[in-house]
Amino acid sequence: MALPVAFFGVFFAWPVAAIVARGLKVEGVWRFGRIVDVLGQSDIRHVLWFTTWQAFASTALTLAIALPGAYVFARYDFPGKHVLRAVVTVPFVLPTVVVGTAFLALVGRGGLLDELWGVRLDTTVWAILLAHVFFNYAVVVRTVGGLWAQLDPRQEEAARMLGASPLRAWRRVTLPALAPAVAAAALMVFLFTFTSFGVVQILGGPTFSTLEVEIYRQTSEIFDLSTAAVLTIVQFVAVGAILAVHAWTVRWRETALRLVDASVTSHRPRGARQWALLAGVLATVLVLLVLPLAVLVQRSLGAPDFGYYRALTSEDGGTFLVPPIEAIGNSLEYALAATGIAVLIGGLAAAALARRDAGRLVRGFDALLMLPLGVSAVTVGFGFLIALDKPPLDLRSSWILVPLAQALVGVPFVVRTMLPVLRAVDGRLREAAAVLGASPWRVWREVDLPLVRRAALVAAGFAFAVSLGEFGATVFIARPDNPTLPVAVARLLGRPGDLNYGQAMALSTILMVVCAVALLVLERLRTDRTGEF
Amino acid sequence: MLLSLEDATVRFGERAVLDAVGLDVAEHEIVCVLGPSGSGKSTLLRAVAGLQPLTAGRVLLDGRDQAGVPAHRRGVGLMFQDHQLFPQRDVGGNVAFGLRMHGAAKGEQAERVRELLDLVGLPGAGRRAVGSLSGGEQQRVALARALAPRPRLLMLDEPLGQLDRSLRERLVVELRELFGRLGTTVLAVTHDQGEAFALADRVVVMRDGRIAQSGTPLEVWKHPADEFVARFLGFDNVVEGSVAGQFAVTPWGKLPVPEGAPQGSRTLLVRPAGVRLVPADEGLRCTVTARAFKGTHVAVHLQPPDAPRLEAACALREAPAVGDTVGVEFDAAEIAVLG
Repeated sequence: MALPVAFFGVFFAWPVAAIVARGLKVEGVWRFGRIVDVLGQSDIRHVLWFTTWQAFASTALTLAIALPGAYVFARYDFPGKHVLRAVVTVPFVLPTVVVGTAFLALVGRGGLLDELWGVRLDTTVWAILLAHVFFNYAVVVRTVGGLWAQLDPRQEEAARMLGASPLRAWRRVTLPALAPAVAAAALMVFLFTFTSFGVVQILGGPTFSTLEVEIYRQTSEIFDLSTAAVLTIVQFVAVGAILAVHAWTVRWRETALRLVDASVTSHRPRGARQWALLAGVLATVLVLLVLPLAVLVQRSLGAPDFGYYRALTSEDGGTFLVPPIEAIGNSLEYALAATGIAVLIGGLAAAALARRDAGRLVRGFDALLMLPLGVSAVTVGFGFLIALDKPPLDLRSSWILVPLAQALVGVPFVVRTMLPVLRAVDGRLREAAAVLGASPWRVWREVDLPLVRRAALVAAGFAFAVSLGEFGATVFIARPDNPTLPVAVARLLGRPGDLNYGQAMALSTILMVVCAVALLVLERLRTDRTGEF
Repeated sequence: MLLSLEDATVRFGERAVLDAVGLDVAEHEIVCVLGPSGSGKSTLLRAVAGLQPLTAGRVLLDGRDQAGVPAHRRGVGLMFQDHQLFPQRDVGGNVAFGLRMHGAAKGEQAERVRELLDLVGLPGAGRRAVGSLSGGEQQRVALARALAPRPRLLMLDEPLGQLDRSLRERLVVELRELFGRLGTTVLAVTHDQGEAFALADRVVVMRDGRIAQSGTPLEVWKHPADEFVARFLGFDNVVEGSVAGQFAVTPWGKLPVPEGAPQGSRTLLVRPAGVRLVPADEGLRCTVTARAFKGTHVAVHLQPPDAPRLEAACALREAPAVGDTVGVEFDAAEIAVLG
């Protein structure tokens, strides 16, 4: 327990405290009026307003599009269902930069729609909203659909036998059981879109900016650290509130439900209406989820003889001090280190949290662990920048800084994956081993490890994918001569010219393939196929 | 003494789950702790195993205080209520677990596993998955696993709790024979008096974390210490009375009591066998309210006027019908004056 606490103290609490101090302390005096000052500026108010409403709109749109999908995945059997499930999940682990780039290729200048019909959406908010749906479709399908698949259909049948019409039975029995999961999924989507960075950075242009993007802009373009700090505090508070509500929905969700094995509740679609629904969902997945990625790949091949890919290896691009292809090596090294740290810290934290005698303090730490996930990567990166650049801890020039930030974002995934499995290990199994002469260490090795090995692998895979695609924090702290893949993509996109554009597409494709492969391997490892994130 | 508990106390918050319990178990003795759920009997086992720290008091094994000795160094075996077999290991792997922990050589492990599986009646089952075992087989594997490292004390928590009745009755006899043959020292807990009486050399009845009575099965059966023990053993004919000489005055009339019974205001137990049915114009007049067949006899429930109900044991052929009026006489040999 001590190590995770120390880790979070030094690499999360302290940087956040530093941000607060930077924002509110002027010449050594606390000035809480700064918050009012900053929020009073009309352009900041505009950013706040846009951040909020686009998050609401994205959430509503995602729910509207993904809920039918959740139903189809929960209740219908069709060939290739498992593969499709994995495909649907791929976007969630894709780096935001890739998502942004893919939508640029689809709806941007010279994109597919532009070529076909002269339609461009990259100057409108629709590009952002659609990208958010793309990104969060899986959140709804897995969170809601996972529960839906396990709801006992006989409950509805019981209501029918008591005289309820099918619609009424659904509304009175299934909907209330589903509501907490829908609320939880909606809150997660809201959280992710509220703190959206990479997508808005690439698709928003100069017009649209979320808090997260504004924080980045204030820091790296206007160099107004104190305004950035105030904005970070505002975001921190908002995210804290969202997470608190989410924690409440989780408790709400734990009310007793009759759950059955998901495999017995699904059946082949019957009749024209059910087939039409299935076809509609498949078409949505194809157009919204598969098409952008396909276009991305196609664009990356736009130059003859893999020209864009070959350009990645040349040094004369002028964008970097090194050939862009080296970003792949950097990314893999950083991601491996970050995975190691995240699994170590997250594993220890999960083990401590899983103890039955864990006190309230420890359980409170559970919620705290989730903060970095929502508190947004930019906060983490910005915090690192201003807190870890001077003694006693000067890591500015150390390569470990990037993996540390990425690990911080990866730890919540590790904890979330390992905790349920560890909690499910019967404590008396450990006692049985102890009575047979196993020391605590051997108990862990003989009882816990075999049972959680798969979960640990899955957790590591998630941490790896998250680290690989991490953009918000890394963009602050990655050194110019050591860019990671997402940072390189963003920089290429920031430069004019077809070659840079093509190289960005090529790099994104590579990143996408790596992440997708990682995810597909994980899907095979996952024990429970109904799982959420 | 192999095991001694001295004033062993465990508190969960304000509640004392074990309240100053003193208990000795000699080598080769089979002691059964009997009590309703929540009486603290499982906590007693966990305290001895080192899985539950004591709030006060001491646990001694071979005369040595076990305070600060962790569970894995105490050298006692514990068979869990629901067995807790390791799901990821096969039967052989489960049985060999304790041997591995004690650093036994591979060959020795294999030999001992084979020997134990023979002993519990599952020869050649070493490669089977534990998930494929029936309840009775799991119980045997759990027993073999607990016995494998040759613990100086074997503890059983509701050893037959989850099995069906006929299997239980068979297994309890097998267990008793097995422990007798191996000379194992056993401390078992159960809520089933039949199981306890069939298994144990000595029975300890617990109530609310305290020991209510301790003695051989026969002693406890013949002379329950108090009304609680009597009722827990299934006796419902318990009544207050005033004992003077060879008789006691009770709501059921004047009852004969055995010679040398304690005098004065007492609680009396009348075993159903001591309630004799006679023609209606003799003895205490009662109405038959219910009959329950118990295999070898019929339990007849009787309602005397203005007095608590009575239960009588009666031969199958002689049982009166519900609604009949009968007379009742009492047999001094089946009446016990409690505490």
